[in-house]
Amino acid sequence: MTRMLEAHGVGKRFGAVVAAADIDIRIAAGERVSLIGSNGAGKTTFVNMITGYLKPDAGRIVFDGQDITDLAPRAITRLGVARSFQIPQLYGDLTVLDNMLVANACHEQRLSFWQPARRRSALDRADALLERFRLAEHRERRVAELPGGVRKLLDIAMALTAAPKLLLLDEPTSGVSAEEKFPMMDTIMAALGEQAMTVLFVEHDMDIVERYASRVVAFYSGGIIADGAPREALASDDVRRYVTGELLQEPA
Amino acid sequence: MDSSPAKPTDSATPARRRIASAGLGVFALLAVAGFFSPKWLTFLVTMAAANGLVSLGIVGLMRGGVVPFGQGMSFAIGGYTAALLFNKLGLTDALALPFAGGLVAVVIAVPFAPLLSRYRGIFFAMLTLALSMVTYGLLMKLELLGGSDGFNLGRPTLLGRKLPDARVGYILYLVTIGVATVMALLARAYFDSTRGLVTLAVRENELRVEYLGGSVRQAMAINFVLAAFCGGLGGALVVMSLGHIEPNFSFWTTSGEFVFVAILAGWQSVAAVFVASTVLEVVRSFSSAYFPNTWQLALGLFLLFVIRFLPRGIGSLWMKGSAR
Repeated sequence: MTRMLEAHGVGKRFGAVVAAADIDIRIAAGERVSLIGSNGAGKTTFVNMITGYLKPDAGRIVFDGQDITDLAPRAITRLGVARSFQIPQLYGDLTVLDNMLVANACHEQRLSFWQPARRRSALDRADALLERFRLAEHRERRVAELPGGVRKLLDIAMALTAAPKLLLLDEPTSGVSAEEKFPMMDTIMAALGEQAMTVLFVEHDMDIVERYASRVVAFYSGGIIADGAPREALASDDVRRYVTGELLQEPA
Repeated sequence: MDSSPAKPTDSATPARRRIASAGLGVFALLAVAGFFSPKWLTFLVTMAAANGLVSLGIVGLMRGGVVPFGQGMSFAIGGYTAALLFNKLGLTDALALPFAGGLVAVVIAVPFAPLLSRYRGIFFAMLTLALSMVTYGLLMKLELLGGSDGFNLGRPTLLGRKLPDARVGYILYLVTIGVATVMALLARAYFDSTRGLVTLAVRENELRVEYLGGSVRQAMAINFVLAAFCGGLGGALVVMSLGHIEPNFSFWTTSGEFVFVAILAGWQSVAAVFVASTVLEVVRSFSSAYFPNTWQLALGLFLLFVIRFLPRGIGSLWMKGSAR
């Protein structure tokens, strides 16, 4: 299997806080990896380093055979890495359709001063994605008026416009009610299903993790404490102690 | 010159055609009306159209979320370029001069574009203001350019012909509204293009634009340069009709008036820019004729009402849709 993402000894500190310590990961193409860990464990820092928002203090990050450690977010995006956000980053003043068209326009290799943003091919592409994410009914609504779950889906749909090789989802179901979580993940996974895409998602709900991940990587205080198939990883003592809290922490 | 954006299911081309025919229709109407209008009125509309071009450039920047307070710089550069070409090099063509004015304004703006594309909000506004005031200072001091009094230029020609005395004002009026129509149509096409949409996205969320693969700084730099072209074009057109140029073209109050028009117009409609510019010229003419020294008062109150009741400018009166 081809390696999609590799982290070699990646480290990051914020003053005295160690957000990432010597992280080594190899992720193969097509894997669905869930990043778990309590708040402050280093999951989002890791995602932010992959996307170029933060620069690691040490180590290298290789995506699809290319070293991306020092690249800016835009350059990394253009190589085929897309991400969604824990708090959806949308254009509230624009309609759902226009948000998709923005994503489409940003993705174009050569932006045009002349080609209409609302041309047929762009509309078709946007509509196809809206359909897959069950967002078609909201097409003409202003994003600011939409409920949270719909915004989350739109945020992910926009990330997918670029047909990335690697998709990073930062807490796709946070802020969504318990009974909506599974239908929402079903929608997301169904929308992804047609594409052989590598997916990394940060998640706190272990039921979601167990159902949708093919592999689990657990973080604790900047390091990796478990890495493997969901059942085994979730059953490990470290995960039960430091992530799910099922085992009491031993006094230091 | 605007219509509401095409129905999303339509292809964009018929909408373009409709807008183009509307633009040409307005031009034809103004051309005929101008023929029968008194001289003061054609002059007023000439000034409104030429100044409106400068504000159009500002609107292009406003769509990306920044407002320049120093557009008088490009305006003055365009004006001085046209006047100097006329007096020193004998280039007198009424179509070539505005184009040259716009071009020189672009050449001078380009080196500053990468710098300005880093700044937002008040810093962007103040930096552009600083540039325009440096230009003003230079123009005041350089005797070669006429110093504080500026200098005059003669009557332009058109396609190698001298303009007849009785018709010179009307012909320059036609040239100005013709250039304004073409620029308005190009601006609409640009605002509706993929690049134009990215500019609109920058206004609301720069981070996401970068994470979608778009370049925020490139968008800002391009809009700055385009605004300079519009400013230079407008400056040259004004100078041709006015027959005079002076450093005040680059003074901050001049820049302020262009911003005033841009805010009055809002950033949705292109036609609104020229409507707003005409409003300014009308208020200026009538107030200074009937209530000398109080026209700023009238203007200020007008702007107050627009900001309170039409925060998206008068263009929002007829532009449907959310933010386009």
